[in-house]
Amino acid sequence: MRPRIGADVGGTFTDIVVDLGPDGPLGTSPIDRYPSTKVLTTHDAPERGILAGIETLAAELGLDLGEVDQIIHGTTLATNALIERRGAATALVTTEGFRDVIETRNEGRFEQYDLNIVQPAPLIERRHRYVVPERLSATGEVLRPFDDAAAERVVERLADGGYEAVAVGFLHSYRNPDHERRFRDLLRSQLPDVAVSLSSEVSPQMREFERFNTVCANAYIQPLMASYLVRLRDELRARGATCPLDLIHSGGGLVSVDTAAAFPVRLVESGPAGGAIFAAELAAAYGRDRVLSYDMGGTTAKIALIDDHTPQTAKTFEVARTMRFKKGSGMPISIPVIEMIEIGAGGGSIASVDALGQIRIGPRSAGSEPGPAAYGLGGGEPTVTDANVELGRLHPDTFGAESIELSPAAAAAAIATGVGGPLGLDVGTAAVGIAEVVDENMTNAARVHAVERGKDLRGYSMVAFGGGAPLHATRLMDKLGLDEVFVPPGAGVGSAIGFLQAPFAYEAVRSFYTTAGDFDHEAANQLLDELEAEAETFVRRGTDAPLAVERSVAMRYRGQGWEIPVALPPGPFDAFASELLADVFTKAYEEFFGRAIDDVEIEAVSWSVRVASIRDRPVARTTVAADRLATPSTTRPIHDPAAGGTVEAGVFDRDELAPGVGVTGPAVVVEAQTTTVLGRDHVAVAQPDGSLHITRSRRTAGGAP
Amino acid sequence: MSCQVHFQVMWSRLISVVEEQALTLVRTAFSTSVREAGDLSAGVFDRHGRMIAQAVTGTPGHVNTMAAAVPHFMADIGPERIRPGDVYLTNDPWKGTGHLHDITVVTPVFRHEEAHEHGGTGADVDGEPAQPIGFFACTAHVVDIGGRGYGPDAREVYEEGIRIPIMPWIRRGVLNTDLVDLIRANVREADQVVGDVHGLATCNETGRRRLIEMLDEFDLDDLDDLAAFVFDRTDRATRDALARVPTGTYRNQLRVDGYDEPVDLVVEVTVTAAGMDADFTGTSGLSPFGVNVPLTYAQAYFTYGMLVALAPELPNNFASLAPFTVSAPPGVILNAEHPDPVAVRHVLGHFVTDLCLGAIAPALPDVVPAEGAGALWNFQASARAVDPASGLRPVELLMFNSGGTGARPGLDGLTATAFPSGVMTMSVEATEQIGPIVVWRKEIRPDSGGPGRRRGGLGQVVEVGPADGYRFEFSAMFDRIDNPARGRAGGGDGAPGRVSLDDGTPFPSKGRNPVPPGRTLVLELPGGGGFGPPEERDPADVDNDHRQGYVS
Repeated sequence: MRPRIGADVGGTFTDIVVDLGPDGPLGTSPIDRYPSTKVLTTHDAPERGILAGIETLAAELGLDLGEVDQIIHGTTLATNALIERRGAATALVTTEGFRDVIETRNEGRFEQYDLNIVQPAPLIERRHRYVVPERLSATGEVLRPFDDAAAERVVERLADGGYEAVAVGFLHSYRNPDHERRFRDLLRSQLPDVAVSLSSEVSPQMREFERFNTVCANAYIQPLMASYLVRLRDELRARGATCPLDLIHSGGGLVSVDTAAAFPVRLVESGPAGGAIFAAELAAAYGRDRVLSYDMGGTTAKIALIDDHTPQTAKTFEVARTMRFKKGSGMPISIPVIEMIEIGAGGGSIASVDALGQIRIGPRSAGSEPGPAAYGLGGGEPTVTDANVELGRLHPDTFGAESIELSPAAAAAAIATGVGGPLGLDVGTAAVGIAEVVDENMTNAARVHAVERGKDLRGYSMVAFGGGAPLHATRLMDKLGLDEVFVPPGAGVGSAIGFLQAPFAYEAVRSFYTTAGDFDHEAANQLLDELEAEAETFVRRGTDAPLAVERSVAMRYRGQGWEIPVALPPGPFDAFASELLADVFTKAYEEFFGRAIDDVEIEAVSWSVRVASIRDRPVARTTVAADRLATPSTTRPIHDPAAGGTVEAGVFDRDELAPGVGVTGPAVVVEAQTTTVLGRDHVAVAQPDGSLHITRSRRTAGGAP
Repeated sequence: MSCQVHFQVMWSRLISVVEEQALTLVRTAFSTSVREAGDLSAGVFDRHGRMIAQAVTGTPGHVNTMAAAVPHFMADIGPERIRPGDVYLTNDPWKGTGHLHDITVVTPVFRHEEAHEHGGTGADVDGEPAQPIGFFACTAHVVDIGGRGYGPDAREVYEEGIRIPIMPWIRRGVLNTDLVDLIRANVREADQVVGDVHGLATCNETGRRRLIEMLDEFDLDDLDDLAAFVFDRTDRATRDALARVPTGTYRNQLRVDGYDEPVDLVVEVTVTAAGMDADFTGTSGLSPFGVNVPLTYAQAYFTYGMLVALAPELPNNFASLAPFTVSAPPGVILNAEHPDPVAVRHVLGHFVTDLCLGAIAPALPDVVPAEGAGALWNFQASARAVDPASGLRPVELLMFNSGGTGARPGLDGLTATAFPSGVMTMSVEATEQIGPIVVWRKEIRPDSGGPGRRRGGLGQVVEVGPADGYRFEFSAMFDRIDNPARGRAGGGDGAPGRVSLDDGTPFPSKGRNPVPPGRTLVLELPGGGGFGPPEERDPADVDNDHRQGYVS
């Protein structure tokens, strides 16, 4: 196998990983499969950081870029352009009477108890929104013909306005794209250089606010993303990398540069998707059917559920929340996405005391600048990292970042000032409080996320990665009542490794409202065939591999507002499809909510087909038990909640733990990018693939005081 | 771990439990107002029926109505008859949340319930009957409750639907099938309504299991110490917040259109060291229609207004609600008593927040906004086939629309946004999939925000017609047509609302009217009041208002 490269451009770091393959030149051990490097992200021109990282790593490995088989890229550039409003001069053209859909939103307040909320500003101001007389019905029939003369006048105004991009969103266009296409054709004939996005192509899903917002976002970032991607490809070619450049999208699959440049909104939130794929790959290798993916970095923690080795997906999500992590305060984007919950619980999250005398964590973060107080870079407020330093979990002697000299004294001072003083607690107790509260926040977020998906977390296995997760993983395992945690190798660059494990995949979604009782099976067959053909076209631009097809439909009982996804059996529907649909929905509903309801009409709303290349399954692994125990070269005191106080923990170097070597808690296992903490009741065993497999040696009561 | 951190962790766990309860309800409920308006609530209570934690949902109307419900259940069932495996319910407007459409379900929690489940003795090891350590309660609006159907037209509560006194839904683990049959025989959408009651009971059961797991994890026998901690912390913080309003008496009066004649809402808010009391003496008398408001519901919107102004970060529980009391003489429209009709008590109830905020505005000049549109402009219609032989089915429709909110001291009002209700609107595309109507326009209404240093939120224009082959009648329950939202501190009034046909024929704000074939209905929703003198508005804001077309 020829080497492949993954490049993940994040807010702070750009991670470059090379996949040398299971039997690559250095691949004598699976641990060596993914050599990596981290460079600082170059925000003004992200390709510089990528190229520098690739060149550095290639030089280290003696790698000829001409030998590289594929480069896979994921970037926060699209997300950041939306958050920072750095997109093109964009206009929206919409149905007369609906000029303000993206401004009036859902008419609700996202925070009930705040008189001073500010709604997110629409991506396109009112003065840049134009209307055309036309109207389709809910079934796609013409209620009011498209007014060509009026459309011509709108095009003239667009020409005068000097727009770089135009979004077109007409009512019910997901059922009938004709009017949107007519406007596009007219626009192209007059203004061929203006980028145009149609809502019926970008996101043919019912619900105008979400769809219009999505097409606006696509148009808004398209010129920027297209020029960036072309620049990156050219620069790579100039350096001899003539292989394909592919992009990871938010649904966790790969698309070609051309597809990405046409639908850049599908790149939003693609980085976290890589992390979920990384966890899914481990779940598949170890045959774990129910996995909780837990990724904790500097500013947030992200939790995703992975059932049957497949991350859960959703059809809509929200970006650029103005009130951090508050549902409803951002922009809805309706495209297929790996579903996860993100909360303000990272190493840099700031701890404070509220009016109730309670410790609060986040949502403010010290980020990397000024950073936690312990970094000595000017941060004075106590953070989660400072608590971990105070509790002995992080230590100056073993902290990975070479440029940072951890200062326990600075951490203690910040905790004393910010939390200990106001609550009358000593520094150690205040630090325990910070750690407990952040762990409880993550635990509660995981539980609520599971409930929203109709899942119960009992019996799940955790995969912990990102710089912060291994510090907190065992505590979360105890609080959630899980039985095992995997800390895979390369946890600090998990997303970039995940890119290399992703299939080519495209999910085509379209709304088509029908009831199970009044089901037109021929129309549904035609729709599903069209969706499959559309998805396959995009996938075939990137790969010749054999393909797998998954079809699903979002259904609900009439009168409900939430649909649940139901997988459809393969093959076309026949005349008995009504009963089949009702049957699969009833089963799924029971699984979701515990109880089906009789005699209420069942509705189908949105249909989707995902086409993905079939990848080789990962090498099957079983966990090995410890055949010998490691002895620590040194110990240090850490706080252990199960013990209710400070215990002396063995300190182990992860690189020195050979497969089959066990570590009994209390212990800390240190490595360059993170530290894994074991309480007195935890046991870790190093696995042949380099993972740490952590279980409990005896039952622990999670919250004993 | 320190005791206070330990309690904090358990407290946040309890809040997480009730949030989970509420989420499940939103996802499974059939009622539009639950789904889009968050017209539900969920909470956990101590052994004395005092609420320890409540989920934050879209309806201030349940802020303390549900909290007050649990003691009624304890009294009516009788402490000695509350047994493991029981689940109770009621929809009594005066023991629940103010109208028959809300069903409240209460489940007692016993510490070692599993041990009793099969023995059924309900006795603990000493042979004494076990006592509940707490309760879970939840409330949701159901799609139908019988009677005349949802609307203001009944003259007595008897006509508004079936009224279920507090009684068991499940007794010792056995479903009360007599009650199920009785409900089924009295409501229109029996499967959905019974399905929703099952859903409510399931939510409480989920909460109960989670609570037991938590008590096991933390090795606790009961909730007493935790409840005491929560109440103590909250009580202190609430009193600190209340101290921002100087003691004294504050008055306000607010005239709204009402149903058949204008209604004057009058309040006297008395602030003492102990708390705040709202006395509604002087308010107009009862209406013959179902717009009357049980006092418990008026209390909810008073309490919400005070908390959102003074202590928005405090969670709702027994201690944060206790300082807020209300009183009203018999016979006023905010003190409906049985058998007064109360089905649409929310229309006037929602104005209680602006009324009471206006009273304390002089004490909090930098906090209290100008008046807003207040009442929702719900489009409620019955669509029927023009040709009865066509086979087109009849459809009942409900669509939420909001006017503008009042300008804030530091910010413009919110355009087309609900306040104090937490309602959200539905997608026009989704609405048209379900009902035979066409929404021809749903757009910002320029010039409707009250002028001021901060401009009032703009209303919107909604134009609706029947789909092909249909005609419709609509029920108007609109307000602020004759009495616009008033500005504050020198700000101008918001534009009044207007209801008409597309040919200009006006309609009254209330009552049921047909829309003739070929015509459409035009709703022009009121804007919010402005704040501060208009001449002090930042020229850049004035300029932007014109460029965007907010002001013509």
